[in-house]
Amino acid sequence: MSIHVPEEGWFQAPTGAERTWIGLALAWCLVMSLMMPYWHFKGKQNSTGESYTVTPEAFSKRVDQFVKTNQVGEVNGMPLVEPSPGGDAYLRGSMWTWYPALKLKAGQTYRLHVSSTDLQHGFSLQPMNMNFHVLPGYDHVLTITPTMKGEYTILCNEFCGVGHHLMTGKIVVE
Amino acid sequence: MSTAAVIEDLAGALPPAPPVGNHAGAVRTCDTTGLPVCLVAEKFIQLNAVVAVVALLAGGVAALLIALTRWPAVHLLDAVWYYRLVTFHGLNMLIFWILFMEVAILYFAGTVLLNSRLFSGKLAWAAFALMLAGTLLVDIEILRGKADVMMTSYVPLRASSNFYLGIILVAVGTLIGVGNFFGTVYIAKRDHTYSGSVPLVVFGAIAAAVIAVVTLLHGAVVMIPTWLWSLDLVATVDPGWYRLVWWGLGHQSQQVNVCAMVAVWYLLATITTGAKPLNQAVCRAAFVLYILFINIASAHHLLVDPGVGASWKIWNTSYGMYLAVLASMIHGFTVPASVEVALRKKGHDRGLFGWLAAAPWKNPAFSGFFLSLLIFGFIGGITGVTLGTQQINILAHNTLRIPGHFHATVVGGTTLAFMALTYYVVPLIFRREFPLRWLARAQPWVFGIGITIVSLGMSLAGSYGVPRRHWDSELTGAQFTYGFGSGANVMLGVLGMGAILAVTGLLIYIGLTVAAVFFGRRIEGRAMTPW
Repeated sequence: MSIHVPEEGWFQAPTGAERTWIGLALAWCLVMSLMMPYWHFKGKQNSTGESYTVTPEAFSKRVDQFVKTNQVGEVNGMPLVEPSPGGDAYLRGSMWTWYPALKLKAGQTYRLHVSSTDLQHGFSLQPMNMNFHVLPGYDHVLTITPTMKGEYTILCNEFCGVGHHLMTGKIVVE
Repeated sequence: MSTAAVIEDLAGALPPAPPVGNHAGAVRTCDTTGLPVCLVAEKFIQLNAVVAVVALLAGGVAALLIALTRWPAVHLLDAVWYYRLVTFHGLNMLIFWILFMEVAILYFAGTVLLNSRLFSGKLAWAAFALMLAGTLLVDIEILRGKADVMMTSYVPLRASSNFYLGIILVAVGTLIGVGNFFGTVYIAKRDHTYSGSVPLVVFGAIAAAVIAVVTLLHGAVVMIPTWLWSLDLVATVDPGWYRLVWWGLGHQSQQVNVCAMVAVWYLLATITTGAKPLNQAVCRAAFVLYILFINIASAHHLLVDPGVGASWKIWNTSYGMYLAVLASMIHGFTVPASVEVALRKKGHDRGLFGWLAAAPWKNPAFSGFFLSLLIFGFIGGITGVTLGTQQINILAHNTLRIPGHFHATVVGGTTLAFMALTYYVVPLIFRREFPLRWLARAQPWVFGIGITIVSLGMSLAGSYGVPRRHWDSELTGAQFTYGFGSGANVMLGVLGMGAILAVTGLLIYIGLTVAAVFFGRRIEGRAMTPW
């Protein structure tokens, strides 16, 4: 019984159905543990986690410079900025906006730098439903190739104060 | 088979002349099981269980209010109180209810099952006082609006310094309680109060306690600098470092829960059906796997974080080749298998599942334990392993799929198992009968079905991308509008309706427990009425 001291000689190798089950479970665990790295390389859908240290002030400066150089319009009062294909794009999360709006070309690859200048934020791209964590002090570089044209909304999905649910941004893919 | 017969079996199965305990008089023999109950431990089991249930009530009321806010058609609270009560709900449920129950379980396992006295009544008082003071401090700070930071309190989001101090007090108190448990195990061994190896349930409790120590040390490493930062004594706390170490607390504490829950499964399987583990070496090895491989799994919270690289993420989130998952898969086999063998031996041998149909379903401790096993295994475990892969985590990070997962593990699993345990704790430790036994028989079903619906509503809404901890998924007034669509709204409604059912089950549980403890028929001097 589980609540009494075990009988003498309890230390035995498993037998029968129990042994079979442990074997099957272990095999399945090994399959799963190989699948994750395999699909990281084969699926090419995952970030490598590339990131750099950056102060909020320095990052803010880069964002402002990026907007100044590449702005092509405005949406809902937010600058619409088009980075050069293959180049760097910047996105700043702060209470409670994603700045600026981005205009990207389908099929082109960009290095998207995302960081925060105040609290932690959650970059949540809808309706694609792709989610990345954004930390102040960390320049999170996502290498992205948009494949579908359309308008995408960025939400914040890490709590960042009472206006958290109002924090949105825009990416337009043409 | 009646439960009375099982209880008699237990008494009969005791060694004929148990080794002499070390109680020095402060002991009584349980009238139902024949087990020796240390009177000092009994008092602290009662105290800790009472505070646990009060925390559960507070967290449960908050649960209903925030779930009704997530339901778009109801949208009950304003934004400030929604975020405040999410913080309140998380801490009361995930930390206070569970930790107080676990300390009670440790005291029980260390004394009653090892035929020992509690190591120190003074330490037990110190642990209890610190934990209670910390709990009150945290709850007061949250309700005063000084700590709207969520349970995770990610820096540089800042709460009042008393909030962090409260968490530190709870952690230190728990650490003292765990130390008292280890002291008890030590004196039991020293005084030869039992012979041979410790019982399996005690082994599980020791595994939980070992993980708890590692967990609480992570908590100290992250919370002390954060507390000093909130006092302006430290300039900054790196947010990436905070997340890395905090999850060594946040995730591992859930593995303490898993360990304690599995120990309770073995306990209740034995008490309710007379089940005996097929192979104790296998069960114990599985607990050891938890100790060895659980810690690194906390990395799966950082799968889409900057600052840590892909190979680090992949190795750690696979728990080192899923060996901790293997442990759960072993327990998921051995627990029901032991019940099956016990029931077949009693003659319930018809067909493949005849034993299950003949199980003591009218015993709420059995139905609660078995539903806990099913919900944890089939919903909590599977979603957990799925969300913990690098590929799928991109789709799920910080969406409602995450709470959809852990409401199946820590609520449908751990909380339901602890509720089931209460149906024996009250008669055997408080020595009072439950009133309204038909309602007690229904309670695990109401709660279990309710929380399953909550989990499904959350998971499915989350699969549309609906964020967790988010006041308004319709984004009214935001700079850019976006709608998750009617499917997501339906699922948020399902979440709300499930929450009403689950909280009803929770209130029935609390109502029955309070009624039994304060007004239930006394059962001193005789065995409890079998369920």
